[in-house]
Amino acid sequence: MLAYAFRRVLSAIPIALIAVTACFFILRLAPGGPFDGERALPPTVLANLRAHYNLDQPLVVQYFLYIWRLLHGDLGPSMVIDGFNVSQLISIGFPFTLTMALCAFVIATAIGMLAGMVAAVYQNKWPDYVLVLAVMVGVLIPNFLMAALLQLWFGVYLKWVPAGGWVSGSVWHLILPVTVLAWPHAGRISRLMRGSMIEVLGTNYVRTARSKGLGERLVLSRHAIKPALLPVVSYLGPGLSYLLTGSLAVEQIFGLPGIGKYFVTAALNRDYGVVLGTTILYMFIILALNLIVDLVYAWLDPKVRYR
Amino acid sequence: MAGLTGKDQVLTTYANKLATLDAPKGRSLTQDAMRRLVRNKMAVISIFVLVTIVILAIIGPYFVPWGYSQVDWSNIRKPPNFEVGHYFGTDQNGRDMLARVLQGTQMSLIVAFVATFVSVTIGVVYGAVAGYFGGRVDAVMMRIVDIMYALPYILFVIILVVMFGRNPVLLFVGIGAIEWLTMARIVRGQTLSIKEKEFVEAARAGGAKPFTIIMRHIVPNLTGPVVIYATLTIPEIIIAESFLSYLGLGVQEPQTSLGTLISAGAPVAEVMPWMLLAPAAVLVTLLFCLTYIGDGLRDALDPKDR
Repeated sequence: MLAYAFRRVLSAIPIALIAVTACFFILRLAPGGPFDGERALPPTVLANLRAHYNLDQPLVVQYFLYIWRLLHGDLGPSMVIDGFNVSQLISIGFPFTLTMALCAFVIATAIGMLAGMVAAVYQNKWPDYVLVLAVMVGVLIPNFLMAALLQLWFGVYLKWVPAGGWVSGSVWHLILPVTVLAWPHAGRISRLMRGSMIEVLGTNYVRTARSKGLGERLVLSRHAIKPALLPVVSYLGPGLSYLLTGSLAVEQIFGLPGIGKYFVTAALNRDYGVVLGTTILYMFIILALNLIVDLVYAWLDPKVRYR
Repeated sequence: MAGLTGKDQVLTTYANKLATLDAPKGRSLTQDAMRRLVRNKMAVISIFVLVTIVILAIIGPYFVPWGYSQVDWSNIRKPPNFEVGHYFGTDQNGRDMLARVLQGTQMSLIVAFVATFVSVTIGVVYGAVAGYFGGRVDAVMMRIVDIMYALPYILFVIILVVMFGRNPVLLFVGIGAIEWLTMARIVRGQTLSIKEKEFVEAARAGGAKPFTIIMRHIVPNLTGPVVIYATLTIPEIIIAESFLSYLGLGVQEPQTSLGTLISAGAPVAEVMPWMLLAPAAVLVTLLFCLTYIGDGLRDALDPKDR
């Protein structure tokens, strides 16, 4: 198990390195630069600025400088927001993004699993149909539209919750964003759970359990749930990474102080450091999540060999 | 020996019956699939609605009394009014919302189809090549796909759009160039099993070159899964495009798309709900139709998958 984990970590290193390289060069080959403002800067100021951020060096030299810094855990300075470096910006914005994504993740996973189980047990009866419709609505309507509709209905007409904005520490302001973020995730989880549960309920060992007189509740809790969880578990990793990236969009829509705000403005202003730093952060999170999922999967399903 | 088993006789009578159209005719796989698709009510309704929307989006603008960028100075920020021909109301600049919604639908559909075409082409060729050659080529090519999966998708789209500038054609290509990953995986999986079939071996024995085998013998046999997955890709691309437009990175004024319209309508929905509801209704209808058609096609073309 340990050796398997170690090999997986090793194989992720080249992937990460290549992805960082690709991002670096795509960004740099894009036209424009961080200092193209509304007003053109005097040439000497521009030259000094470029020299300060090493932008006057050949691209390859800049690349190795960046990698060298990265290996020391330094994501570099922000070229547009004065006096901040990328790690500071991330440490300001990311905790919020992470909190929101984790809230949505926990709520959505719990609701999704429960709903999927209920739908499977009542297959082709009304709870099942209601669920399928709720899933469709959540998965199909894009998050910005869902946000706008919920804001209009619950925030403006019914005035139950604030329609947007952020007051530090207020749970009320998180309800709509977390709902928008969690709904599609809950939908996908419940769809997976329903499918695998129906399959498991049709297997021979469940029939055996029933025929020896176990109550339906015991059959579910002792025999059906664990194997039915396998596809759900393998989706949790990608699911959390969807939530983290989706959170960027939701923050933008509701005007919340997460990392999404910095990322979009940074991409527009060619703030190379911030864009690369955020992308690298996300990439490492996704790789780590995939790794964790693989390990959990191996633990849940003894048939998976540690190759 | 002829006629010993009576086979010839049976076949001859059958051939005669066929000639006079008297015998039960066999059904091809396509006919079978069509029958299953037609029996799926939701899919049929969805196809009908989708075709209506497409036709309206194409020819509708010619029948609407106002142009999509035409300003009606006497009707600014007005709710739907049938007397002056603003059936969906007007926006803050006095432009007719019906004309704008039609133009936006048209733009979203064009982006969706072009981007899907790009992603399908890249995905099929990439996946078929990786699957056919196998071994080290396959390992390297699929590793590249893994790398691209590890890149956070939205961030990558934003970087690409910023890089390409706000040119709509490049926007299509940019979105399409990202959506091909799953297609490549599916196609590779199918190719791995198809390339072991006898007809591929026969082609190889006949001296066909790998490229010919891939294009003539493997790709046509991928039609089923490719069509299904392409139909399911279209809504994803529409969402991606409208999200980019929502962020202000997509289609630019005075041109518009459903995403641009929704992003313009969302902040003023409280006082002018018609500006949000009209494009939102069209977008949601489109997405639902495409999904039902995709599901219907999957059930029809791949019955064992149900």
